[in-house]
Amino acid sequence: MNLTLKVWRQSGPTDSGRMVTYRVEDVSPDMSFLEMLDVLNERLIIEGDDPIAFDHDCREGICGMCGMVINGVAHGEQRATTTCQLHMRHFEDGAVITIEPWRAAPFPVVKDLVVDRSAFDRIIQAGGFVSVPAGSAPDAHSVPVRKEDADAAFDAATCIGCGACVAACPNGSASLFTAAKITHLSLLPQGQPERLTRARAMVDQMDAEGFGGCTNTGECTAVCPKGIPLDAIAQMNGDYLKANAK
Amino acid sequence: MKYAAGDEIRDTKAPAGPIEDRWEKRKFSAKLVNPANKRKLNVIVVGTGLAGGSAAATLGELGYNVKSFCYQDSPRRAHSIAAQGGINAAKNYRGDGDSIYRLFYDTVKGGDFRARESNVYRLAQVSVNIIDQAVAQGVPFAREYGGLLDTRSFGGAQVSRTFYARGQTGQQLLLGAYQALERQVAAGTVEMFTRHEMLDLIVADGRARGVIVRDMVTGEIERHVADAVVLATGGYGNVFFLSTNAKGCNTTAIWRAHERGAYFANPCYTQIHPTCIPVSGEYQSKLTLMSESLRNDGRVWVPLRKGDDRVPGDIPEDERDYYLERIYPAFGNLVPRDIASRAAKNVCDEGRGVGPGGLGVYLDFRDAINRLGRDAVEKKYGNLFEMYERITGENPYETPMRIYPAVHYTMGGLWVDYDLQSTIPGLFVIGEANFSDHGANRLGASALMQGLADGYFVLPTTIGDYLAAGPFGEVEEEAVAEAEIKVRSKIERLLSVNGTRTPDSFHRELGRLMWDHCGMERTEESLRKALERIPELRTEFWENVKVSGTAEELNQVLEKAGRVADFFDLAELMCLDALVRTESCGGHFRAESQDADGEALRDDENFAHVSAWEYSPEGVPVLHKEVLEYEYVKMTQRSYK
Ligand SMILES: Cc1cc2nc3c(=O)[nH]c(=O)nc-3n(C[C@H](O)[C@H](O)[C@H](O)COP(=O)(O)OP(=O)(O)OC[C@H]3O[C@@H](n4cnc5c(N)ncnc54)[C@H](O)[C@@H]3O)c2cc1C
Ligand code: SF4
Ligand code: FES
Repeated sequence: MNLTLKVWRQSGPTDSGRMVTYRVEDVSPDMSFLEMLDVLNERLIIEGDDPIAFDHDCREGICGMCGMVINGVAHGEQRATTTCQLHMRHFEDGAVITIEPWRAAPFPVVKDLVVDRSAFDRIIQAGGFVSVPAGSAPDAHSVPVRKEDADAAFDAATCIGCGACVAACPNGSASLFTAAKITHLSLLPQGQPERLTRARAMVDQMDAEGFGGCTNTGECTAVCPKGIPLDAIAQMNGDYLKANAK
Repeated sequence: MKYAAGDEIRDTKAPAGPIEDRWEKRKFSAKLVNPANKRKLNVIVVGTGLAGGSAAATLGELGYNVKSFCYQDSPRRAHSIAAQGGINAAKNYRGDGDSIYRLFYDTVKGGDFRARESNVYRLAQVSVNIIDQAVAQGVPFAREYGGLLDTRSFGGAQVSRTFYARGQTGQQLLLGAYQALERQVAAGTVEMFTRHEMLDLIVADGRARGVIVRDMVTGEIERHVADAVVLATGGYGNVFFLSTNAKGCNTTAIWRAHERGAYFANPCYTQIHPTCIPVSGEYQSKLTLMSESLRNDGRVWVPLRKGDDRVPGDIPEDERDYYLERIYPAFGNLVPRDIASRAAKNVCDEGRGVGPGGLGVYLDFRDAINRLGRDAVEKKYGNLFEMYERITGENPYETPMRIYPAVHYTMGGLWVDYDLQSTIPGLFVIGEANFSDHGANRLGASALMQGLADGYFVLPTTIGDYLAAGPFGEVEEEAVAEAEIKVRSKIERLLSVNGTRTPDSFHRELGRLMWDHCGMERTEESLRKALERIPELRTEFWENVKVSGTAEELNQVLEKAGRVADFFDLAELMCLDALVRTESCGGHFRAESQDADGEALRDDENFAHVSAWEYSPEGVPVLHKEVLEYEYVKMTQRSYK
């Protein structure tokens, strides 16, 4: 396949950035999207150009490190897919593809397609954990958990922290990410003692980082590679209200 | 390549006496640090995978001053996140005859008698606490309808001792450790440095006292000193270029420590995983593992006849060879990884492989779907099937998956004693980065167990014993400056070559060479060839690599080039180690050493030892042997027939 790529290039946080056009030839339909970029980058290096910087590590759809806006959609048009798991067989020969970084004020661009998502870590620091020091845990069977609850908690826990939800949201809200963690822990008995303080602290931190508010547009779940459902946000809001009512 | 014989390693610091009591004894004899002093003690932990994340969190909880480093943008992304299948623990929740002793026994045997009994026993003991810890953190393990934890069996085991969270066990365990770590960051006991790469170790007065790191965003070279350094930087399987490891996995941290005096043990022990998606083309950047739990229900086969190119559905039952079930009736499709991998290689070498290039075998769910129904199969393996379809474009519910072995894990690593301390005092090494617990082969679901055992339970005790003598005072400026200069000059050198080949093109060539000559099967001839070719390729690298950009910015080409440079040196040591070990064991198959059935032939008489290599700047590594003694599990030829 032959493709035309329009890629966002920005040398650093202070550069204003621009779209640059590249042609790539002999793309195999079996390549992943990132492998296609690898091939282009190797060429750029040899030609003495600066290769396109992008984040990635596992290339298995689980670390959450990769992420770019492809043709206007975070992680591309294929549903429930990370960029590294997107394959070129889903594109037409001769296609023009635009590639941009996540865009949201709390995710400043570091270089090209690489953004700084450390705001997510600070939201977790605010309370996204169960306070249990190593060595003090009771036997795992001492607290049974209903299978349905464990499964539902698991569904929420699969969030990979990629930030596509933020990139897709017209308000730049981090609600889906934050709600995923809150829901995971609030569905389990282990998460109960800190449930309300956790919800309050995490939501407050999310606001402090400058993420926008949620207006239920649902753009986030549409692009979420792990299918985190919108219900999680309702659960978060419920816990947050309760916490503030106390 | 020449090498020299060094002194034998006689003391591993394991306490004597009955094996059940050794860890208790060691814990009791370890000196304690009083809480007020802990605040004055600084510890650096490099790596935030299961090992490093759990260690940094626990050391923070204990009150030490911790600095934690990783090269990703968040500690939550460490390679451990990708582990799929599960984690072993001797809980015996199923009442199927499991016990600490049995887990110990299986692991020593599975490791082909090249692991230490004392370490493995401790691992089995501690495994029980890991599950408790993870559950208390809210890790959503699979549950039965009664609310209790579910388990499954895994390759190489006949009991059901593997705890799992769908196909994402590593992710859930890592998030547990990551959350514990972030809790300590909030509490102020851990300072987190993301997007920082360790490029050298600072050794002063014979002790490990800090690290030199590069801020990967600004390019700034930073010095960090401490009273002890913990390396939890994972494995080096990416030396083969194609592997199941995350792209960033590398050997830099442990290799630089090796250059500073830490022995490197058993570098040639590579685990090959039998169930990966086969290579599809030249551009391929990594291989994807299909969880070995699939072998619980999938049946592995190839056509009976060579060159049979019919679609699998057209090949009748009596023209299929379910070779694992045929050769190993007791374990069938659940034989350990090294056995399954070699068997797949053998049938492909016979010309019976399937798919492009004949490098693949079928993993077939037809019978499982008929027996359990499509829904049940989907519940168990749905996400894995989906992943397979995404990558290959084929639907495994309708046509069998194609799989082939791939590099997956490295059992070698820095040598550590029972306390997980390397040969440099104050340098501790945990998780996949050390060599200690798996012998020549790792059973499924035991790496996660080791990483967490080391990080949550073992290291926090043993490092205290070392730190009790601290704080160790100011670090000599000279030692720090020397390390910093070394790092800077290496970067400058890489940038100044300005040749015509990319770092990746060298890495690919090195990887291919390693796979062909030091991969699933090695011979004296292949290893000698590799030892000839690696230095040539390295020379070419240093004369012809092209690194674009500058040192003062985010520069992924520079990062890559530095890692590839270290892989060259490591590759050479791996081949030397493989050459010297003229026996087959675990993941190391020397073709000259096999029995009449083509099974690996160990040589306990001459090789029941750990090979611990000391670095020599003159290029003549020194081999120190640590003799392995088996008091509890009798050394026998492994047989799964
Ligand atoms: C696909 C796959 C599936 C697996 N499935 C299982 C399974 O089901 N069960 C099981 O038991 N095991 C499994 N394993 C093996 C297991 O995941 C690993 O062995 C284990 O997670 C290693 O953990 P670790 O903490 O030692 O290292 P890692 O998780 O690799 O962490 C290494 C850390 O070191 C950091 N680092 C490395 N170098 C540097 C440097 N120079 N400077 C700064 N930071 C650095 C990285 O940023 C990272 O944080 C699997 C492995 C793979 C690849
Ligand atoms: S909720 Fe979905 S889109 Fe948002 S960070 Fe998590 S996985 Fe990514
Ligand atoms: S690279 Fe890890 S999710 Fe894409």
